Amino acid sequence: MSKQTLRILTPIKRVLDPQLKPRINEVTKSLDLKNLKFSINPFDDIAIEESLTIRKNLSKAIPVSTHAVTIGSPKSESILRTCLAKGVEKATLIKHDAKDDEASSSFEPLIIAKILKEMVKKEDIGLVIMGKQAIDDDFNNTGQMLAGLLNWPQITNVTKLEFLDATGDQLKVRAVREIDGGNETLVMKLPGLITVDLGLNTPRYVKLQNMMKAKKKPIEILDLKETFPQVDLTSKLELKAVEEPAVKKQGIILNSVDELITKLKEEKVI
Amino acid sequence: SSTLAFIEATRDGKVSIPSMSAIHAAQKLKNPITAIIIGSHAPGIAKQLQSSSTDLGLQEILVAEDATLNTYLPEVVTPLLQNVLGTVDKYTHFVMANSSIGKNIIPRLAAVLNYQAICDVTEILDATTFKRPIYAGNAIATIGSQQKLNMITVRPSSFSITKQVQKNMISPNIPIKQVQTSEVNDDIKWESDALLDNDKRPDLTSAKTVITGGVSLKDKEHFESLLDPLANTLNAAVGATRAAVDGGFCDNSLQIGQTGKIVAPDLYVAIGVSGAIQHLAGMKGSKVVVAINKDADAPIFKVADYGLQGDLFDIVPELTEKLQEMQS
Repeated sequence: MSKQTLRILTPIKRVLDPQLKPRINEVTKSLDLKNLKFSINPFDDIAIEESLTIRKNLSKAIPVSTHAVTIGSPKSESILRTCLAKGVEKATLIKHDAKDDEASSSFEPLIIAKILKEMVKKEDIGLVIMGKQAIDDDFNNTGQMLAGLLNWPQITNVTKLEFLDATGDQLKVRAVREIDGGNETLVMKLPGLITVDLGLNTPRYVKLQNMMKAKKKPIEILDLKETFPQVDLTSKLELKAVEEPAVKKQGIILNSVDELITKLKEEKVI
Repeated sequence: SSTLAFIEATRDGKVSIPSMSAIHAAQKLKNPITAIIIGSHAPGIAKQLQSSSTDLGLQEILVAEDATLNTYLPEVVTPLLQNVLGTVDKYTHFVMANSSIGKNIIPRLAAVLNYQAICDVTEILDATTFKRPIYAGNAIATIGSQQKLNMITVRPSSFSITKQVQKNMISPNIPIKQVQTSEVNDDIKWESDALLDNDKRPDLTSAKTVITGGVSLKDKEHFESLLDPLANTLNAAVGATRAAVDGGFCDNSLQIGQTGKIVAPDLYVAIGVSGAIQHLAGMKGSKVVVAINKDADAPIFKVADYGLQGDLFDIVPELTEKLQEMQS
């Protein structure tokens, strides 16, 4: 891509706070998330931090803009506010009339990816950087799907990222990604898509004064159905039930290594 | 109905163990199975599958022999698979292991073909109903899919070899068919990889035994000097808690937990691990859990089948020594 302005888009998701366990209603076989604390998906927080780092490092060579976007109910405004407080320049809520407050997580990754594709085109985005997965549905899909729909290159599970010669004609990144048993290094031309893993950076904390200032900053609100009427919002999968994982029997405290070895032999695991 | 199962090759031209889970999952779908293998090792692996001593249930093997496919770049593999799956109506299921390769490819391919992928499946109830963990294994979702093509990745530890059916010796060779390879993609270039020096050790996510060290191991030296001999003795993979990783005891890629790797081995030995929710989420699928910890109130004892309360610096060397004696 040419080097006018590098526009970075970071899609973020509001999820159940990672410190909390979801409650499961065993009668209705569904999740009960009412009155629980929600926060930004931790991997998305890393992506936001990286977008800010890129802007800081590249801004001498080319202008860079950062933009956070989320899809959901007005409750998702709070995570956008946090991004603004951290220094992200633009924040967009793609609002949809959710039947319940937590329905933002009910769209499948494919639907999210289709909406984000429209957003990428609308905003002339050159780099999408996002979390490798959301810690609620654990799909690990949206980034790869978005890259596929855009026919862009993708580097997923990135733990190290650098720009190569930002003065050249075409922007390129080199990234190290986690794979089973190690890592691999790839070089990608922009426009492209990155999903981030732990270890890429440590997200900053928001200072209270910045949080206060961010309260006055504008958040762009787009109505999902009015803005992107072309996107099919029908689910392809049906969530039939949510249940607790099988409960283990109460364990035994042993007195010696010999007892342990005997038990492990009985279990046929050694 | 028909299933296409994707088989990954190791660098030295063998069937990767985790990817055999794709075939085992395909068997559970009870449809005729076609295997697809790509890369320069593909013809050799096809022969290995043909001459397998057990009946894998394969009807046909598709081979795309092309060295540019060796690194499994999704930008190159997607058009190839799009061609295979999109041009014929034959397949109702496409299965890959939920390996770093499967996770990278299936969602991209599914989006291009306008399907929602079903990832990290741990149980196949029938050809249209699947179970998969959500919230890092704190809940299990049952998913129904009426899609024409179901694209699934399966968790290798949930679909390991259970029953081996001896092959009927008179069965004819499984036919091998060539498929067209993809054109090159200029937008992305694979440069290099660095695999952890664990040639003799199994991969963390598919290992039958996992030894995990926590922050009580004090430092990198103790982490290695205590865990490595035990892991070698048990042919186990080594994992770590987030605190141990943050403490610099070991590589980031060994972290087990909600934000790290999810493991479900037959035997999980937690050494000096307190058992934070974050960590438990990454290992609660393990079959037999052993906890060794000084602190009797450590939450890890609540999920352990067998607990040893005491000083790990005494217990671990004793355990290693006695296991080695047993083996010799």
